[in-house]
Amino acid sequence: MNVPRFWRTERTRYGLVGEVCRVCHEPIFPPRDVCPHCTEAGQDVHQFSGKGEVYSYSIVYEAPAGYTENQPYTVALVKLAEGPLLTAQLTDVDNDQVRIGMPVEMVTRKIKEEGENGLIVYGYKFRPVLGGASA
Amino acid sequence: MREVSIVGIGQTKAGEHWERSMRDLAVDAISAALKDAGLESADALYVGNMLSGELTAQQHLGALVADWAGLEGIEAVRVEGADASGALAVRQGYLGVASGLQDIVVVCGVEKTTDADAETALAAWSSALDAEYESFHGVTVSAMHGLLMRRYMHEFEVSREDFAPFALNAHKNGVNNPNAMFRSAITAEAFVKGGMLADPIGMFDAAPLCDGAAAVVLCPSDRAGRIASKPVRVRASGVATDRLALHSRRDPLFLQAAYASALKAYQQAGVGPSDIKLFELHDSFTVMAALSLEACGFAERGKGTRLAQEGAITLQGRIPISTMGGLKARGHAVGATGVYQIVELALQLRGEAGANQVSGSLGMAQNIGGSGATAVTHILEA
Amino acid sequence: MKPARDVGIVGYGAYVPRYRLPATEVSRVWMEGKAGLPVEEKSVPGLDEDTATMAIEAARNALARGGIAPRDLRAVWVGSESHPYAVKPTSTIVAEAIGATPRVSAGDWEFACKAGTEALQAAFGLVGSHMADYALAIGMDTAQGRPGDALEYTAAAGGAAYIVGPRENSLAYLEGSYSYVTDTPDFFRRPYQHYPEHGGRFTGEPAYFKHTTGSVHALLEELGLQPSDFAAAVFHQPNAKFPQRAAQLLGFDKDQIKLGLLSPKVGNVYAGSCLLGLSAVLDEAKPGDRILLASFGSGAGSDAFSFVVTDRVTERQALAPKTMAYIARRKPVDYALYARYRKKLQMH
Repeated sequence: MNVPRFWRTERTRYGLVGEVCRVCHEPIFPPRDVCPHCTEAGQDVHQFSGKGEVYSYSIVYEAPAGYTENQPYTVALVKLAEGPLLTAQLTDVDNDQVRIGMPVEMVTRKIKEEGENGLIVYGYKFRPVLGGASA
Repeated sequence: MREVSIVGIGQTKAGEHWERSMRDLAVDAISAALKDAGLESADALYVGNMLSGELTAQQHLGALVADWAGLEGIEAVRVEGADASGALAVRQGYLGVASGLQDIVVVCGVEKTTDADAETALAAWSSALDAEYESFHGVTVSAMHGLLMRRYMHEFEVSREDFAPFALNAHKNGVNNPNAMFRSAITAEAFVKGGMLADPIGMFDAAPLCDGAAAVVLCPSDRAGRIASKPVRVRASGVATDRLALHSRRDPLFLQAAYASALKAYQQAGVGPSDIKLFELHDSFTVMAALSLEACGFAERGKGTRLAQEGAITLQGRIPISTMGGLKARGHAVGATGVYQIVELALQLRGEAGANQVSGSLGMAQNIGGSGATAVTHILEA
Repeated sequence: MKPARDVGIVGYGAYVPRYRLPATEVSRVWMEGKAGLPVEEKSVPGLDEDTATMAIEAARNALARGGIAPRDLRAVWVGSESHPYAVKPTSTIVAEAIGATPRVSAGDWEFACKAGTEALQAAFGLVGSHMADYALAIGMDTAQGRPGDALEYTAAAGGAAYIVGPRENSLAYLEGSYSYVTDTPDFFRRPYQHYPEHGGRFTGEPAYFKHTTGSVHALLEELGLQPSDFAAAVFHQPNAKFPQRAAQLLGFDKDQIKLGLLSPKVGNVYAGSCLLGLSAVLDEAKPGDRILLASFGSGAGSDAFSFVVTDRVTERQALAPKTMAYIARRKPVDYALYARYRKKLQMH
């Protein structure tokens, strides 16, 4: 069981909660103690909007152990609206419909399960923006 | 700081060694290298390996391999930097001799990937990536390079087919390497039709994981002539790292660590790209070959595939790469690869490369970890 | 029932997954295409979805409409018959994901298809007693139907979330509610069983209709109201026919139930059923509309509520995706893909 490891990053994974550097004011995702932009220590919690676009993508046909149930799935580099790039699966989209530049939004989904008896691990994925809201 | 030379080389075939365990393979390579050097003992042993812990439940490789290779009691340690473990071990050996603290050093890269099933091996290899923020999301090393390749194709307006020359060249060269895992040429058609691993990475874009071991014996250059008839001098050794996760890189399409380590090596040797006669680059994936050529100054940004299409990378070209098959055809025995590169480069510089012989006395080898976070560059001279 | 303090719905949000299994597919596989079809199609969750992930999205939609901070919620309660864990509340996962922890109460509810309105009933009580200003009640399910069983045509996935708060901040306030419960075993599932048992036609008169009409009659009598006082009525929707018949029995007409009748297009989303219907009604509601909500949960019981829409509804409707946007987002699958998604294939 990997409980502490997954518990530790829940907020970040469930809600795309990152940081903003107190010194250089750059957004940081994922959170880390030494700012990757200016190497200073000291960050404030920052809730990312979840909006972004596809920077690159790849359709995984040969999944690693623990991820084979959902193959084939698409992984992507997503450029968040606030600037940082992150890695995540895409969901709710046909694999052959993905395009670089596609606007996407964060959703919280199951990443994996540690077997039938084990922990269900949730985290961020991205899907094409769903219409129907003015925001 | 002393000059360092290679006085002995050894390697097993790269491939699926059902009958040989990891320690067996290490002993095979080390024995061959010591025999080649005409030596029976050493002051230190550096073992390059990435996956033994996860796939064979074995850590503590320095002591184990020294024990089994008949090097009882010597200083020994395992060195790990994902796929760059092998060259990092060479680097440690080089530092040991160059510092004056060690005289005869054995470096062995060894990897055993086939004791585990393919999915487990793939997951283990993917620990080269960021476990929390990359591989956690089901990204494999192949998929990571799929992301790179897709973006490369988008930014530089090239197609999948434009990468084929890297695979064709590697397989052609593998034909004449008795130690290569794959020894038959492939066609451009086969390249395009090959099954998908992680779109757009197809079967023929990706080097195969395999078992294997390679070893070198290092000693001070001023002693090398008395030991070996054709010592090969280490003119430069440079290491650099970059942010681990691809998404953290300042410029995902530029191998900053490869560039920085190559720069250190060029500066140490007092040479530039035009002086390099052959380049054993890290062709784990065709896109990596293109990016490596660009990072090391052989092609402009985004022009790596064009260089390949012009035929510059073949044995007859301006900058031959993967001369003995590269990772692509010789095979990628992960932690051993960096030492295989040095062994193959040494064979070339000694004039012992057979049908694949390239002329020239200065060659470069570069071993990269994961998607580019560690890069180790060595320049060798005949 | 009416709490001491005036309360209402401050925000609401729906969720329905994108996949759809046409009822014709179930009929094709099990009846050579000759079955009567209780709905057109049903929603199917994707491989990476479960009651927790769907509840999180519905909750986020409700927060967007409610305009309150997650840390102002004092309770996060999820009602479902498909909680991902038998022990470990879905509500804690939702609460963490939306940023409501740690100053919050959480716990899962179960009463078959009325688990969501149970949570809603309790949320009105919590806020109405001044113990809290805001509480989140969610009804959400990823129901499983036994292959080849009648319920396989309709067992679907989806639901909605409701933020309950003071009337002053509500887009619809509560006039009153009623709960009507007996021990009626029309449909149940023992632990460790994958699929429920049901009593066939017994689930009709003695269960669904008795309890639904029971709660609604009692509510209307207490409030001194009649069907014609209502702009809309939403009933639990296990199929297309039952809510229509309930409406008829109670004196509501087709137009009143039209907006909130979603089962033909999504199937039976169990604990999310009438709550999803209510969200579709609220999406188009006008200030002053009176709305009846009547759930039914097997086991059995019915919760009935009467709401009156306020001026605040108009500015809040567009702040999150509308229910029909989720309904319109559809990707049909065939029975084979559905069997894979719902993990009905024996893998070990």
